[in-house]
Amino acid sequence: MAARRLESTSGASRDGTAGRMPVRLHIDWTRCDGRGLCTELLADQLTRDEWGYPLARRADDASNVPIPAAQLDAAHDAVALCPRQALRLVAE
Amino acid sequence: MDALPPVHGAPGPSAETTAPLAGGVVPPATTARLFLAADPTFAAHRAVYGPMPSIEHPNALVDELRLSGLDGRGGAGFAVWRKVAAVRNSSARRSKRPIVVANGSEGEPLSRKDETLMRRAPHLVIDGLLACAAVVGATDATLYVSTEGANVMRAAMAERADAAHVAVVVAPDGFVTGEATAVANALEHGVSVPRDHVVHLSESGVRGRPTLVQNVETLAQLALIARFGAAWFRSIGTADEPGTRVVTVSGAVDIPQVIEVAGGTPIRAIIDACMRPDHTLAGSLIDGSATPLSATEGRPSPVRAVLVGGYHGGWVPGDRLSVPLSRAELAPYGAQPGAGVLFVLGATACGLETSANIAAYLAGQSAGQCGVCVNGLPAMADVLSRLAARHRDARLPAEITRLADLVTGRGSCSHPDGTARFVLSSLTAFETDVRAHLEGRCEVHG
Repeated sequence: MAARRLESTSGASRDGTAGRMPVRLHIDWTRCDGRGLCTELLADQLTRDEWGYPLARRADDASNVPIPAAQLDAAHDAVALCPRQALRLVAE
Repeated sequence: MDALPPVHGAPGPSAETTAPLAGGVVPPATTARLFLAADPTFAAHRAVYGPMPSIEHPNALVDELRLSGLDGRGGAGFAVWRKVAAVRNSSARRSKRPIVVANGSEGEPLSRKDETLMRRAPHLVIDGLLACAAVVGATDATLYVSTEGANVMRAAMAERADAAHVAVVVAPDGFVTGEATAVANALEHGVSVPRDHVVHLSESGVRGRPTLVQNVETLAQLALIARFGAAWFRSIGTADEPGTRVVTVSGAVDIPQVIEVAGGTPIRAIIDACMRPDHTLAGSLIDGSATPLSATEGRPSPVRAVLVGGYHGGWVPGDRLSVPLSRAELAPYGAQPGAGVLFVLGATACGLETSANIAAYLAGQSAGQCGVCVNGLPAMADVLSRLAARHRDARLPAEITRLADLVTGRGSCSHPDGTARFVLSSLTAFETDVRAHLEGRCEVHG
């Protein structure tokens, strides 16, 4: 995957400058513990599997979930609030 | 599969040009390319292959690699020139010194080719590693190998002055310890488990430096391409599968062995090379263009299926053995030439039982870091074992497929993906036996 890391909680992203480029939510499976906060914040993108881990509802890449512009703020919240720090946003 | 007989190259067509090069060295003319040295010493190596040319024009070697079509021999089969060029480019762009690693950890239990190569031709591996380092401008070169590999490689390095700086890191046993990000982790943190990554190692690997990890056979092949060129490399094999590859054949064969074969060789021919003359398969199977011979008519096939590509590979059914060792033609079976593993399942073994045992092994080889792998692989292996045990539950195949889809792409390395692919291939290759098992029968055990 060709991706670069975004400054995940920067103000620049929140004011929309990053919203113009396609963004994916990267899941670090080595950290994820299936707490489920992200699946509540991004219910349209993520559900939970039978063990509680986030499961992309539609994705070509199950570890890098496409985030629509309208969900960018929620995605930033998911990154910031993940108790395992298992999430980050990456540009496509 | 403990003691493997000596390696030999299968007979093959002669190269078009075998004109002697400087120093009287003649490029290898048959499929016996990598194991020509009489012994593992530097003197024997130089006598056969001549000196390694110095890399004065790195881009020229990258071009030669591109023209050669050499693919990685560790399993994934990625084009070698692309990885080398990516490391070279990202190093220049980011002004970071790259690191090169020869990977001979060979965590695949069915593979012995890397160990054999290091034991028999260690200097080709060193030549290739040093050439890679020169091409990408690396001053750090590391061998990441098994304990035995470390011993033979240290002995070889002691014979030559140019390898004094090469570090040796011993890889622990385990199926996933040789995965490229696990190698990077081992070098950086001393822990051989895969790690999360959003960019390729070629961009940012060990301590953020561009990192080139190449299998030891890949490096040995590269050392020959640097000497004799891409046209020579392609003079054996097919257009799509140029050159030779080293394969490990085990299971229901008379002579389990490591053997160097031409790219695109039919699986049947490789198996026949591992059989006593009266046991060969040629003509004995009804398969495409094969013509049954009177001498073998009526003899049941001794092969039920062949697992190609190792535990992350796929089963090729016993009536499809004319399939060549080729990426394109193996793809429908979920297999690829990969690390060159062929495991032959005899006619008296149940494919589903064997597959269930392998799936259980793979589940146990999870590094334990990713929850989907930790939970999903044992679940998948368990359902497959119920199918193998002839539980009369028609939902089992669909449940296996569901779990395979569920785990795929959801780990930091490809272990869940490879395990899912293998399990799915067992449902396909043994399709009629799946139906029998669901009725409480077994095609093999009755």
